[in-house]
Amino acid sequence: MDKLFNGFLALIACNVFVILFLMLYKILEGARLSLQTYGFSFFWGASWEPFPPTPDMQPSFGVLPLIQGTLVTSAMALLLATPISLGIGLTLSEFSPKRLNFLVSFLVELLAAIPSVIYGLWGIFILIPFLQNHIYPALQATFGFIPLFQESIRGPCVLTGSIVLAVMIIPTISAISRDVFAAVPDSQREAIIALGATRWETARMVMSYARSGVIGAIILGLGRAVGETMAITMVIGNSFNLFNSLFDPSYTLASIIANEFTEASSPPVYISALIEVGLVLFVLNLAINAFAIVIVWQTMKRVKGS
Amino acid sequence: MVLLSYVALIIALIPLMNILIETTIRGVSAINLSFFTEQIPPLGQAGGGVGPAIQGTLIVVGLASLVGVPVGVFSGIFLAEFRNTKLTYVSRYLNDVLSGIPSIVIGIFSWIIIVTIIGWSVIAGAFALAIMMIPIVTRTTEEAILLVPITIKEAALALGIPRWKTTLTIVLRNAKKGMITGILLSMARVTGETAPLLLTILGSRFWFGGFTEPSAALSLTIFNFSQSPYSTVDWPRAWGAALVLILMILGINVMVRYYTREKYG
Repeated sequence: MDKLFNGFLALIACNVFVILFLMLYKILEGARLSLQTYGFSFFWGASWEPFPPTPDMQPSFGVLPLIQGTLVTSAMALLLATPISLGIGLTLSEFSPKRLNFLVSFLVELLAAIPSVIYGLWGIFILIPFLQNHIYPALQATFGFIPLFQESIRGPCVLTGSIVLAVMIIPTISAISRDVFAAVPDSQREAIIALGATRWETARMVMSYARSGVIGAIILGLGRAVGETMAITMVIGNSFNLFNSLFDPSYTLASIIANEFTEASSPPVYISALIEVGLVLFVLNLAINAFAIVIVWQTMKRVKGS
Repeated sequence: MVLLSYVALIIALIPLMNILIETTIRGVSAINLSFFTEQIPPLGQAGGGVGPAIQGTLIVVGLASLVGVPVGVFSGIFLAEFRNTKLTYVSRYLNDVLSGIPSIVIGIFSWIIIVTIIGWSVIAGAFALAIMMIPIVTRTTEEAILLVPITIKEAALALGIPRWKTTLTIVLRNAKKGMITGILLSMARVTGETAPLLLTILGSRFWFGGFTEPSAALSLTIFNFSQSPYSTVDWPRAWGAALVLILMILGINVMVRYYTREKYG
């Protein structure tokens, strides 16, 4: 009976293998037509023409602008979110009293619990009018000499997308960095405090001790930003172009799937191209996460072990 | 510099507060009794409600839990009971990988596996959400079981209770609290999902019509109304639906906090 039960458990525990394998296989299969038709030009092409203007032309698909939109918004979101998240992580693990911690971790969890579509709604109707009327003109007046801040200001744009993404990944990075900070042994803190370090100097020691875990936390945040769909779809402007300015609208890998998938019944290569966009997103995300999880795990082990 | 850390915290809480307050103010004015009981009107038309969307969300999440929860719980038991086998390490790792995969990719997967065969349907949506629930439930179950003192388990084994029975009765009973927390949190997380539902249940304006039919969902309704050009009729409705959705998710989160409060003293 024990053997039977253990076998049953092991069988169920294998579900992730089946799911991940099938997912990769089925998505590859779905993308095959597009992979064969466009090959590598899919990645550096910059046109998205499922229905060409004249009948003798073939549909063409190239995702360079989507990759630009995805990577730039995610990278900027990281730039904005990292200092804030590390501050929160430090507050929770080093500075704040225990009673406050309960409330604060609950609030940070709530920030993570709010659905993407509600961030999008907030982005469209509250954040965009505010940024467009108050913040962006001031930004342009100050930094207008830099090409990234030139051109006419639009509400739904790369910068708005980055800001919304930043808010959404703050809980991810803060929670993980709090955990890796908390895993730093107290003997380290006591040693440096005994040497006369201030609270801030102690916190700096903690950060450098847990350095690789912090990097892992940031990379996991990147993974989340890259795959984020609804909120960014609602605030980035969905314009298929390579952009020059942060005030230009753009488009991301995930957004184009959300917008076009249900209407892409024909031609068959159209749906296959969208599945290939999903494949790109999948592989990009797998690479980011697989790497980050290993880093976080190892830091937790090393820090706890020492 | 310590002060700066607190400033960071406050900066992060501004959007949270702003979202909660705006959603409440704008949502409340859109909500009345018929908002809950009537079918969804076409864009731009006054009246109606979001009844089918609430119903659809509950059905899809419920159906997803029927699959996701047992699979996750048993996988979690496996990970906790067999700490150091190769299978455990790889499975634990892949669970973390799976929980990081973008929901829209899971939507595409569900579309390929189910929608291409039986069409846009509640089943396809539940399938996608179940896949998202499994890794969360698995990992929280594992952690909850690891918190059970080994002595309790040893006592049961010493009384001659077989191992499988010890696990299913003694260990699970002691880990119940943590497991329920994990299950509730996984439900809260998928309740607000939009992207995978867009590719699977498609959306609808009518009451539930069967598991193999398209269905409405709150998140999809919010998205559709927010994209509407009719600012006076549809935008308030989007906020109303958002308030209902936030209350559902907040409700689950508060429940979880209430349930686990002793842990923090």
